[in-house]
Amino acid sequence: MAGLGRACLLLALAVCVYGIGASLYGVRSGRSEFSGSGRRCVYALAGILTIAFAVLEVAFLGNDFAFNTVASTSSRTTPAFYRAAAVWSSQEGSLLLWAWLLSLWSSLALFLTRRRLRDVAAYATSVLLGLAGFFIALMIFYANPFATTRPAPVEGAGLDPLLRFPTMMIHPPMLYSGYTLCTIPLAFGIGALLARRVDADWIKAIRRFAFAAWLFLGVGILLGARWSYAELGWGGYWGWDAVENASLMPWLTGTAFLHSLMIQEKRGMLKVWNISLVLATGTLAIMGTFLVRSGILNSIHAFGGATLGVPFVVVIAALIGGSIYLVVSRRDMLRSEHRLDSLLSRESIFIANNVVLVALCFVIFWGTYFPLISDALTGHEASVGPPWFDRYTVPLALVLVLLSGIGPVITWRRATLANARRNFTVPVLAALVTLLALLAVGVPQKPFAIAMFCCAAFVLASIGQEFFRGVNARRAMAGEAAPVALLSLVRRNRRRYGGYIVHLGIAVLFVGVAASSSFQHASELGLSPGQSTRVGAYTVRYVRPTATITPKDDRAHTGSTLSLGAVLAVYKHGHHVATLQPSEGFYAAAGAQGSVGSLIGGQPVSHVSMDAGATRDIWSAIAPNIETPELKRIVSIGNRTLPAEDAIVAIGVLARTYLQHPPQAQFHLIVSPLVMWIWLGGLIVFGGGLIAIWPAPSAVRRRVAVRARTRDARGLARA
Amino acid sequence: MSILIAILTLALVAVVIFVVSAPLRSSRRRPDAGRAGGAGEDAARASGADDVALESPSGSALRGDLEAAREAKYREIRDAELDYRTGKLSREDYEAIDGALRAEAIEILNRLEADGEG
Repeated sequence: MAGLGRACLLLALAVCVYGIGASLYGVRSGRSEFSGSGRRCVYALAGILTIAFAVLEVAFLGNDFAFNTVASTSSRTTPAFYRAAAVWSSQEGSLLLWAWLLSLWSSLALFLTRRRLRDVAAYATSVLLGLAGFFIALMIFYANPFATTRPAPVEGAGLDPLLRFPTMMIHPPMLYSGYTLCTIPLAFGIGALLARRVDADWIKAIRRFAFAAWLFLGVGILLGARWSYAELGWGGYWGWDAVENASLMPWLTGTAFLHSLMIQEKRGMLKVWNISLVLATGTLAIMGTFLVRSGILNSIHAFGGATLGVPFVVVIAALIGGSIYLVVSRRDMLRSEHRLDSLLSRESIFIANNVVLVALCFVIFWGTYFPLISDALTGHEASVGPPWFDRYTVPLALVLVLLSGIGPVITWRRATLANARRNFTVPVLAALVTLLALLAVGVPQKPFAIAMFCCAAFVLASIGQEFFRGVNARRAMAGEAAPVALLSLVRRNRRRYGGYIVHLGIAVLFVGVAASSSFQHASELGLSPGQSTRVGAYTVRYVRPTATITPKDDRAHTGSTLSLGAVLAVYKHGHHVATLQPSEGFYAAAGAQGSVGSLIGGQPVSHVSMDAGATRDIWSAIAPNIETPELKRIVSIGNRTLPAEDAIVAIGVLARTYLQHPPQAQFHLIVSPLVMWIWLGGLIVFGGGLIAIWPAPSAVRRRVAVRARTRDARGLARA
Repeated sequence: MSILIAILTLALVAVVIFVVSAPLRSSRRRPDAGRAGGAGEDAARASGADDVALESPSGSALRGDLEAAREAKYREIRDAELDYRTGKLSREDYEAIDGALRAEAIEILNRLEADGEG
């Protein structure tokens, strides 16, 4: 079926080329049938790429090793659950996933705007097809997912064990959905500038897509952090890895846009700023993809294909140059319709929030790209590590959280001091009480963490106050019971209260980040069975070793041949609180020496074990030593005497010997407070985002619109 | 196998051409459908052809923007009312802001009316 996949790619490229031409001809000549034909090219593209993706999925699930990408990233021993996700673990498959998702989201956007924004949508169609065509051309000329080898290998190399983790099934599609959704506002922004229609209508058309991009990107980032924490053996959730940063940057500018967008909607202000944010977010999304695919990074995320760098640089340069030209040449049309009425208003808080978010993005951009620029110019890659990022991002994050509490309680246009006093009393008191409580219980002197807790208390109080007053107002108006009033309030003001819930989640998330990074206790040491160590307030005892031969008995179901680990008992003040069982999986590798060595010669992968709770996580990882003379002798004898089909016998002997004479093992133990709050905060953000983005049922929307029109017409007539 | 793939590919090409060329074919059947407005627009709407633009080149563009501005202004009026009811605005401030918003809304409605929508 590889031939069908290749034909799909060629046809898809032809459709893109024709669609770009038809759309541009249609909009320039006023012949809308050509614009319509261009739009249908996007629908057709979605269909073609769906077939192509299905062909590749079938190849993975059916172990068709004639496909080079299947042979290099899957195997018969890879569990079926992960074979389905292995499609996007390769350079070629992930490019196909990118193009496929782009075609689906583009189709949705163009379908929803099919009766409006004729000129803008036609230009947007050509931009979207251009981007899709670029990715398809990359696949055809550089990284073809349908390239084959005959005769087919009998077995594949297998999926990287690090990727055999449930969130890896959804982390990449979420991130790619976020990236590709970022290109929808980008395309419509370019279309609006080209068509010289930069007023309210195009903003309205892309608002929901910008929000969806923000939501998907956020979920993808959080799933990646969770994977890093629960799967990788280093014990952290954010390492300022260049690829993590690449996904965070468009999320930050997207967040800024979602706030400043409201100012343009309500006041006709910040048009240059908003269009610039849209273009920057889309370009940063492409740059994020470039970082992963170009091969310039040495990261766990990087695919290492150096051939894709130049085409990406050309496209990014064109996007940046074209964006600057369009904004500068249309600056007269982008003038603000109003000015700020007062510095004490929600508009000015949103502008401050935008400045902080863009400053954060700039810091991360510099920290991410400076080593690359330095390497390109001097041949020496400058090192920019977590301390450098923390120095700038921590204070900015504090200001950001504080602003997320101020924004909801201050009104649009002009707030007065009397109202500000009334609205800020409770939040300020909450922050002060938190500060006093922290000082009273003798929290160690970590000023940034304490400041973050106080800011978070301020946010929680301001949001709580908003809900309380909203429910009271609703009860007074409609005479509803409190729970019903709460539901009605949120249902009738989804964007406002969904946004408040997002702010609440962000505050909770940052409390988790501040607590876990400031008050963490960690220990890396070697222990033999029976020995103990202290980590913070906990005592950890190495009870006994464990060894299992897989795949049947693999606790993590990751397909490792051999898993060696330990049982750890955790005590606090003499009481047993948890039992942990960290392990390390040893995987088969093609090309490793000997029949036994090849069964365990792959990259060993740590399987973390932790006891997670609302107040603290106890996290553990183990690196067992299999390089002892006794164990090495078993492998050596097995290699000499056993054929491949019996080699597992030696692995059994090795496991038994390890249990009988366990060598000292290296442990990494961490006690972190409030890590759970990070994931909980993420869930709250996700829930709030869903509420804000969820469309009102059409019947309700129509009824509300009619009622609003009638009421407003009546009211306006009185005015 | 290769014959089957060739047949599938040809079928796919045919379907794509059919889908992509539909607006061009329907425009050939209705020569005036491609031009916005008038009988062609009615015919396009009646035939359910989504891909033929249903907005006039300049007037509808302005109307679309004005309608979006009107909706945003209505939302702003409702937001101000909610701000007042939740105590973020005093009565005096609310009345001043509400009056200004309604005046802006009337201006948008007048412009819509002048554009022929009312």
